[in-house]
Formats: sequence, structure tokens, C-alpha cells
Amino acid sequence: MKRAFIIISVVAIGFLFSSCGYNRMVEMDEAVSAQWGQVENVYQRRTDLIPNLVNTVKGYAQHEQETLTGVIEARSQATAVKIDPKNLTPESIQQFQQAQDGLSSALSRLMVVVERYPDLKANQNFMDLQAQLEGTENRITVERMKFNEATQQYNAYIRKFPALITAAIFGFDKKAYFEAQKGSEKAPEVKF
Amino acid sequence: MKKIVLYFLLIAWWLPATVWAQVPARPDPPRLVNDLAGILSKNEAASLEETLAQFARETSNQIVVVTVRSLEGYDPADFAYRIGESWGVGQQDKNNGVVMLVKPKTADSKGQVFVAVGYGLEGAIPDAVANREIVDYEMIPRFKENDYYGGILKGTQVIMSLAKGEYSVAQYQEKVNSRSGGGGFLFFLLLLVFCIFPILRRRRFYSAGRSSLPFWIAMGMLGSGRSHGGSWGNFSSGGGSFGGGGFGGFGGGSFGGGGAGGSW
Repeated sequence: MKRAFIIISVVAIGFLFSSCGYNRMVEMDEAVSAQWGQVENVYQRRTDLIPNLVNTVKGYAQHEQETLTGVIEARSQATAVKIDPKNLTPESIQQFQQAQDGLSSALSRLMVVVERYPDLKANQNFMDLQAQLEGTENRITVERMKFNEATQQYNAYIRKFPALITAAIFGFDKKAYFEAQKGSEKAPEVKF
Repeated sequence: MKKIVLYFLLIAWWLPATVWAQVPARPDPPRLVNDLAGILSKNEAASLEETLAQFARETSNQIVVVTVRSLEGYDPADFAYRIGESWGVGQQDKNNGVVMLVKPKTADSKGQVFVAVGYGLEGAIPDAVANREIVDYEMIPRFKENDYYGGILKGTQVIMSLAKGEYSVAQYQEKVNSRSGGGGFLFFLLLLVFCIFPILRRRRFYSAGRSSLPFWIAMGMLGSGRSHGGSWGNFSSGGGSFGGGGFGGFGGGSFGGGGAGGSW
């Protein structure tokens, strides 16, 4: 009798949780984490492009050592910042963003310098890298937007009424968004 | 007074719609060639639509051509992804859609073109290739001479030849066949369970005098009814890609920022 009661209550509690949106919260939480993975992925893609880009530029523009070193330094700073997707606080996201923005501005300086070297600009390898870099910036924009969308859905869900109680009990916290870039931290301009 | 309220309601009804309607709405019935800027002739648009629909039927890759008069203040890349994402170009499980966005050059603005590539085709059409082979070599030179049809046609031809390798006709057919093969197996299984087993059991255990004929007929009918349902399921899933001369509608593909573009 006692055992039957326990089984019934466990099942009942299970149903209760699912109706309070616990399962849904877990799903949405995972969706945000997965989307964060995508964001890191595309930033990684940009990081991976840089050695190749720097080498190609070096071949044509030996006098721009300073700018090139700046890019490499910014790259290593950006790779140093890693965030646990379980800990997406405004501070950690801002830290991540700052490091990546540092790399963005170093790259944009490089692209300004490149303007002085017509031979380099006509180099097929460089043009391909240029297209890849441009595509990567597009991917970053898209994945960040999708991350914000997933976060927005999650945040809206855990703050609505019945779910709000479950969220409080199980510690589902609000997650942070990517902020829009400020004027000075624009993506590198890669136009010709 | 009543009239005023009515107007008010009408405005309230329209307001969110007008705020939303920045990226063109998904065409209904679905079309692959959407010449919203009116730069193609009717025949050109129709033949391009036919070519692209044929390609979509054969390979499941969906290439959508959209021309617009204005980008509504969007970046061309952003505009193209938004179209792809909101229309759901490409199949959901493959994300194999391509959106070719063309904004013709006007007196006071540059011409813009962007080829947005869905997640699933990023491998077949890398950014550098999209930039060089498609946009720079094929499209922009023709656009500069006002040959919009030629540029779009050539561009889509290159995309088709690249995308073909990724989700080939053979691979696609195989998938369709294996799906219907599965249906056949299910049918056989149901037949076995509901028709053949009861017969065997009846022969072995029941005497002839005690007729359970209505029972197994009923079961047999149930079995055939189920298999019928199965075949309908197959028909509709196949119809999604082969149906009615068109291309079967947008499949819900997703875009991650692949592709390249240019201006002239």
C-alpha cells in the first residue's frame, strides 16, 4: 500500500513538473547553450582564418609589421577568453565580446593598410581570404542574432506566471544577450 | 462615431502588419523566381522558374531568385538571410537552400547582389567560390551591361552545377526509394500479423465448427486499412517533392550566414 502511494506520488510529481514547464525549460536552456556553441564556432572560424591572412599579407607588405603584430596579439587575446555556456551572465558575455571586438578593430586596421598595396589586392589567394572573412563576419552576425532570439524565448518563458515558480525552485536564471555593437566597434570594413 | 471606431480598428489591425512587412512575404503559391523589381520578361521568368523547379524536384536543392527595388535599409546579406529564413528555403533536414538576391542599379543607388547559401550547402558552395565564380565572374559583368536575365541565368547554372554534387539525384532517389521500401515492409508485417497469423492459428487450434471467420476478416480489413494509411503517408511525403509540376513548396531550411555578394 505504502509502495503504491509512493509510486503514484512520484508519477504525480512528474506530471506536475512537466505541466509547470520544467521540461520545456530544460529544452530551452539547452537550445540557448547549443546556440552559444554556434556563436563560438563562427568566432573560432574567424580566428582560424587569421594566420593564413597574416601570412598572405606579410608576403606583400613587409613594412606593416606593427599592424600585423597587432592582429596576432588581438587574436591570442580573443582565444584566451572562453565562456562556460552554463554561465551566460552579462559580465561574461561582455568580456567575450570585448576580446572579439579587439580582434575586429585590429582586422579593420589591417584592411585599411592593405589598401596601399595594389598587388596584394589583386592576389587571388588574398581575394579568396577576403571573401571568407566577409562570409565569417556575416555568419557571426547571423549566429549572434539567433542566439539572442533563443535567449529571448527562454527569458520570456521563465518569467511568465506558472513557469516562474518552477524556475525559481530549480534556479533557472535569466540569461544575457549580445549587446548591439557601439559605433567604434564595427566589424572590419572589407570593401575595395 | 461608429465609423471612427471602425477606422481605428482597421488601423490597429494593419499597424503590426506594416511594421512587419519589410522583407517580402513568402509567395503564395510558392514560386522560385520572384521578380519583384520587374527586371525580367514574363518568358524569361517562366523559363527560369521551370529550370529551377526541375532542379528542385530532382535534387531537393531549392534555389530562389528574388529581385527587389529597395533593400529597405538592410545590408544585402542580412536581407537575403532573412528571406531565406522566413520563407524556409531548402529542406528542413538538409538546409539546402540558396537565395539569390538582386537589387538592380538605379539612377541614385548602386546595384547589389547577394547569394545566400543555406547551412547544408556551405561545403559545396564556399564563400570564396560564391564570390569569385558566381558573383564576380558570371553575374556582375552581365549586370553592368544591363543583362539581368543573362547574369541570373548564368549564376544559377553555376550554383546548380556546384550544388548537384552535394545532394545528388541518385542519393535523393535512394532516399525516396528506401522510404517506400520501408512502407512495403510495414505492409508485409501488418499482413503477417493480422491476416496470416490468425489463419494459421485458426487451423491449428480451432475446430472447423467454431467459426471465427468474421473475426479474422475484421482483422484482415483492419490490417489492409492500416497499410492503406501507410501508402497514403508515402504518397504525401513523396508528393512534397514531386507534386504537381511545381517544386512542392518551401521546406523550412535554415541559413547561417554563408555566401557572398557584390555591388556595381
